[in-house]
Amino acid sequence: MILLAIVVLPLIAGLISVLAPGRTIAPLATLAASVTALALSVAAAASLVAGQPVVAVRNWVALDGFGALILLLTAALGSTAALFSWGYIAREKSARRLRRYYTNYNLFVASMLLVPVLIEPNLVWTAVELTTVLGVYLVAFENTREALEAGWKYSVLTIMGGAIALLGFLAMFAATSFGGGGPYTWQRLLMLAPAAPQGVLQVAFVLILVGFGAKAGLVPLHTWLPDAHSQAPSPICALLSGIKTTLVLYVILRFAAVLNVSASGSADVWATVVGLSSVAIAAFLIIQVTDYKRLFAFSTVEHMGIILTAAGIGGAAAHYGAVYQILNHALTKSFCFFAAGAALLTVDTRQIAAVHGLIRRSPAAGAALLLGGVAIAGAPPLAVFLSEFSILRSAIEREHYLTAGLLAAFVVIGFFGTLYHLNRMTFGRPEETEAGAAAARLPTSCLLTLILAGSPVVLLGLYMPKPLALLLRMAADGLSR
Amino acid sequence: MGEISALLASLNGLAAGLFLLSSFALAATRQVQGCLRFYIAQSVFLVVSALLLAFGLHASDLLAVAALDLAIKPIVIPWLLGRMVRGEIFRRREIDQVLNIPSSLLIALGLTLLAYFLSQRLPAPAGAMARINLPVGLAALLIGTYTLAVRREAVPQLIGVFGIENGALFVGIAIAPSLPLVAEMAFPFDMLIIALVIGILTRMTQERIGTTEVGGLASLKESVDG
Repeated sequence: MILLAIVVLPLIAGLISVLAPGRTIAPLATLAASVTALALSVAAAASLVAGQPVVAVRNWVALDGFGALILLLTAALGSTAALFSWGYIAREKSARRLRRYYTNYNLFVASMLLVPVLIEPNLVWTAVELTTVLGVYLVAFENTREALEAGWKYSVLTIMGGAIALLGFLAMFAATSFGGGGPYTWQRLLMLAPAAPQGVLQVAFVLILVGFGAKAGLVPLHTWLPDAHSQAPSPICALLSGIKTTLVLYVILRFAAVLNVSASGSADVWATVVGLSSVAIAAFLIIQVTDYKRLFAFSTVEHMGIILTAAGIGGAAAHYGAVYQILNHALTKSFCFFAAGAALLTVDTRQIAAVHGLIRRSPAAGAALLLGGVAIAGAPPLAVFLSEFSILRSAIEREHYLTAGLLAAFVVIGFFGTLYHLNRMTFGRPEETEAGAAAARLPTSCLLTLILAGSPVVLLGLYMPKPLALLLRMAADGLSR
Repeated sequence: MGEISALLASLNGLAAGLFLLSSFALAATRQVQGCLRFYIAQSVFLVVSALLLAFGLHASDLLAVAALDLAIKPIVIPWLLGRMVRGEIFRRREIDQVLNIPSSLLIALGLTLLAYFLSQRLPAPAGAMARINLPVGLAALLIGTYTLAVRREAVPQLIGVFGIENGALFVGIAIAPSLPLVAEMAFPFDMLIIALVIGILTRMTQERIGTTEVGGLASLKESVDG
């Protein structure tokens, strides 16, 4: 039941946002619902870690280790982004548009919470498709020429990907439906895969990888991602980059596990090739960016590639690295976009070249941007470094030297590219303009979000709570079998 | 019994042929209204094939799917698009498509051959009907992707997406007739929400920029002057 409540809560908040007049009730309801959903998600994950199965509707809605990790991250980011939205969207003058934002926000979060708790793959397809479609309005929310362009590119490419993946899902079902009319779940898919016709499984996986790869921002269908993830309002960028792409990747990884247990096939080569090329292209594009939100967007492409490569390396250590990277990416990247949003509120431009000395104009925004950049690029001793390092180490242990070498090279290029840009923005002398003198103070909710979202970024590299480590272990097991 | 199933199979072949023909028409039509009409035709042939398969395979679930598809795809979605997007667009011709009609048809033909070649290499699905639906649906999927890539108007782009989805489902009803009903029902509703959201986006674009030629929007890229 708890799982159903988690999904229904944002829906109620969405309904309240439609009905309630004024400008305060909608954000309040959204925040209350998302924080409650987070608390319930923590409870669900905790009972799973304690060894109790969490089932809401048998064979349809349930939670396993991998799902619990994703659910937890979705609920956490849903809460921080709701808090950040409060101050960020308050600039919007029309109360009607404000309420419409929160309505769509809640629908979007509800659909994302649905993905990890569903265990029937075809319904998961529907839920993923819903997350895409419900995000369209939010991407185009600013209603500028650029935002609408981003909205179009986003919707056309990702919905096309969904339609292509649909054939893969149906083929996957067809390949494993020989076993009679039993319930069709992730678990059963894994059970039936060894005896399924191998050719069909392979084709189905490739269709899913190509189709959902477009949604996850994997090369070569990543072109919409920097547009959408830079034009959307910053809290939405945090959700899109932090968890929406990861959700899609989560589904791809589930199917990779299915292919890995099948008799002949293995998803390793596919995952490694697509993953490495994503990392490579993103690393070189990071050097060229002129817009700091696009910088973080390309870094998302890079991280999706790293996670997929880790899954392709195979073995328990690499799989642990992959889920650890998922955790770190979600927490760190959402923080990066909150910092970028704070910077945008302060300087009112997205151009890297136009910003100097941010740390003097707004110490909070400058420091957050620097911390976010350092963390997401993978500097030690922060968590992203640890997960990337563990992935590299597992690649060397499994004697995938080429993969390890290329991955290390591209990650280093991305690291210096990111820091080069952020260094220029943060330090140096700010231009003494009128606007600069009257430096806009950040809204309290934004400051609070920066502190709340920033603390796990700092702490997770130094200290990992034991239940969380256990959950990661369980999630990695879900990938291996 | 054998005669009946042979009859059903040949009727299904006819439906598949017409389905493929409407995919070709979708790729070659210039007029926005024409695109929508051929999409309606394509959806109707999808429903016909689903009905024939329901009788042929004794899959009663497919009857419900066919009924829902019939209600949503050829009726509700066009109505919804007509309501949300101003009528003037539908009478419009696309001035600059990337490729002209004869080359579009040639490419569609090539994609169909590719689809047949690919389905030959797959293990043959059970049943005469599935052996027809697999290459035809795959061809429709590829042609839909091509259509999407060359269209510049908003509504034809959306219809290209629906063409892909119809192709996937045309294969799906044949190879996975025992799909859980809940999942089957979710697909058409998903399409409905897509139509709704894209319709809203089209209207926003129309109001804000004054055009629905979304292929012309290209200001976001890595450039110093941007």
